[in-house]
Amino acid sequence: TPDPLITENQPWSTTLGEGVDVTPYGLPIHFESDVVRRNVPWLTAETISSINFTPIHALEGTITPQGCAFERHHAGAIELSKADYRLMINGLVDRPLIFTFEDLLRFPRETRVLFMECAANSGMEWAGAQLNGCQFTQGMIHNMEYTGVPLRLLLAEAGVQPAGKWVLVEGADASGMSRSLPLEKALDDCLVAFQANGEALRKEHGYPVRLCVPGWEGNMWVKWLRRIEVGDQPWEHREETSKYTDTMADGRSRKWTWVMDAKSVITAPSPQMPIAHGPGPLVITGLAWSGRGKITRVDVSKDGGRSWETARLSGPAHDKALQRFYLDTVWDGSEMLLQSRAIDETGYVQPTKDALRAIRGENSIYHMNGIQTWFVAADGRVENVEVSS
Amino acid sequence: NRQAHPRFARARALAAGLALPALLALPALLPLPAAAEGFGLGRTALPQELAAWDIDIRPDGLGLPEGSGDVQTGEALFSERCAVCHGDFGEGVDRWPVLAGGQGTLADRDPVKTVGSYWPYLSTLWDYVHRAMPFTEAHSLNVNDTYAIVAYILYSNDIVDDDFTLTRENFATVEMPNADGFFVDDRDQVEVPAFSAAPCMHDCKTDVHITRRATVLDVTPETETDTETGDETASAEAPAAPPEPTGLDPVLVAAGEQVFRKCAACHRIGTDARNAVGPVLNGVVGRHAGAIDDFRYSPAMKAAAEDGLVWTPELLDAYLTDPKTIVPRGRMSFAGLRRAEDRAAVIAYLQAQEG
Repeated sequence: TPDPLITENQPWSTTLGEGVDVTPYGLPIHFESDVVRRNVPWLTAETISSINFTPIHALEGTITPQGCAFERHHAGAIELSKADYRLMINGLVDRPLIFTFEDLLRFPRETRVLFMECAANSGMEWAGAQLNGCQFTQGMIHNMEYTGVPLRLLLAEAGVQPAGKWVLVEGADASGMSRSLPLEKALDDCLVAFQANGEALRKEHGYPVRLCVPGWEGNMWVKWLRRIEVGDQPWEHREETSKYTDTMADGRSRKWTWVMDAKSVITAPSPQMPIAHGPGPLVITGLAWSGRGKITRVDVSKDGGRSWETARLSGPAHDKALQRFYLDTVWDGSEMLLQSRAIDETGYVQPTKDALRAIRGENSIYHMNGIQTWFVAADGRVENVEVSS
Repeated sequence: NRQAHPRFARARALAAGLALPALLALPALLPLPAAAEGFGLGRTALPQELAAWDIDIRPDGLGLPEGSGDVQTGEALFSERCAVCHGDFGEGVDRWPVLAGGQGTLADRDPVKTVGSYWPYLSTLWDYVHRAMPFTEAHSLNVNDTYAIVAYILYSNDIVDDDFTLTRENFATVEMPNADGFFVDDRDQVEVPAFSAAPCMHDCKTDVHITRRATVLDVTPETETDTETGDETASAEAPAAPPEPTGLDPVLVAAGEQVFRKCAACHRIGTDARNAVGPVLNGVVGRHAGAIDDFRYSPAMKAAAEDGLVWTPELLDAYLTDPKTIVPRGRMSFAGLRRAEDRAAVIAYLQAQEG
């Protein structure tokens, strides 16, 4: 039968659309209203000190639009204007300094694409498959193009004294978010950023200024950055002792677990992205990343890890940034157990969840980078499962 | 060795304007900036500014101010300022953090991580309480209050006795039970070598069967498909009725919605709102105090309710100015809204949210 969408005149072809300036700052068309961040209410006591998840299942390419990049606040997203913004550098420096926002704009700046992953991403999966959808299981991640001043230039301006070995970075919100960074990292590649994806940071991501700590856990990317203190020892504050430490099976805990290990996930098909089209050509796609550098290879398995095919990497390979991969295949309509496995430029191969549990037990909470398995049923439905190793 | 920033020194000299010839005449008195070091941006932080912001403390005691506080004082402060979320004994209310107990559970399946069972440094506790607590009123605890609350939390964890006074001098002598429970990240030694072998591509295992399924637990939030359908049905079948005239200024109500964000850490309002740390506030204006059946009010609020207290706009205004003057031993840990226009706005907002 002829398709009436083709044979009959349609309103969008016969009447006029909206003029310019109807929406001075545009939002996605309403058909896309399901591509939004989502919260898991039972995770936290309330939403002010809480987290939500990037809809990675519904995004393509690698850049996360700011409006759906996950949020994590410890005392809510505050409103701090550029005019009211001050940045202090103090401690073991020759000249304790205060910068205004305008001062920051006069330093040489850099632009680079970086992933930012919460250390607790996939943390609910330590004890076994729990949440159905990569938005919930791997969605505490975003990837943006940041512009900012290298932290080393600000530190040089203040003059780090020879005794300085550590840096405390602190936020201006009521949580007083604070983390200790080894000076080596601070001088290496950290950015004091004020733009993301070409525009100002969003309120929920630390407007007007946040720190970027490439490849390291998201909690260190202090938002509303207001103070940088140089010291000779780490501060051992709340977020680096009572939280963001990884408890092993014997009850002892790893601390200073900063680097995010290589990881990947198939974003489609996935539980929120079932196969609706039946057998035939099928695009399997996903994301891979590593805190140790570039992704060099991603393998995909359709049979729960019995055999693997190497996927096609697409788009530029950025250091410590998301990498998109594709496996263009033909689905015969039978059940699949889909997995992906990332390999980074250091040769690190993403392990299975069981391999991680064998070393760490099930109480780590953080740094779960194990291989994800999706069960695809014959009708195209997809479920989060684990398989024998 | 804290020299003035060279560019700042020069700017000051230039700002003096007429002093310029004098500067040229007396080069020996005013050192010229050395060869360009950095960009000359920013200004020197003043001592008062450093004192205001550099209040963190470290395990070695760096930054810890002079002061003291005892367990008894701390218990009273804790009850007033902290217990609404953490419970009277640090046991935690709802999903708010548990602060006491849990010793010996770290190797269990679900370890209870508290100050006593997990935190390796006492300085961390003092620093966090002083810089970030109470949750809704950061920076409201003075130095001695902080010593006292920290002393009480130590007591609630059986680390000190009830007659203990914590001071700057004895701070370093307190032994944290899990002080030796941490080691520095060893993934580079333990995991990276194990996970760096060339990966298998074919016949990697013989048996593949499903061992765990997420759907068994069924804890995933509703999917977008359900939400979308619901929204569309609602908008198609029941166009939003025009709001009932309330006699309230919509601008004021909107301003009140902004102010209410200060309250939203503890209170819920609107359709489907339920009790949280504080009681649900739908229809609170004109309601009798303590009227929500399933909320655990403080004894003080229950007593006020028995005395017939009613939340009129006038009384709410006084309560929101300073809660403790209306309900002296109530649990509401809120410093109050100082601006009269904020109180008027939030009361209008509350009035707009009928039961």
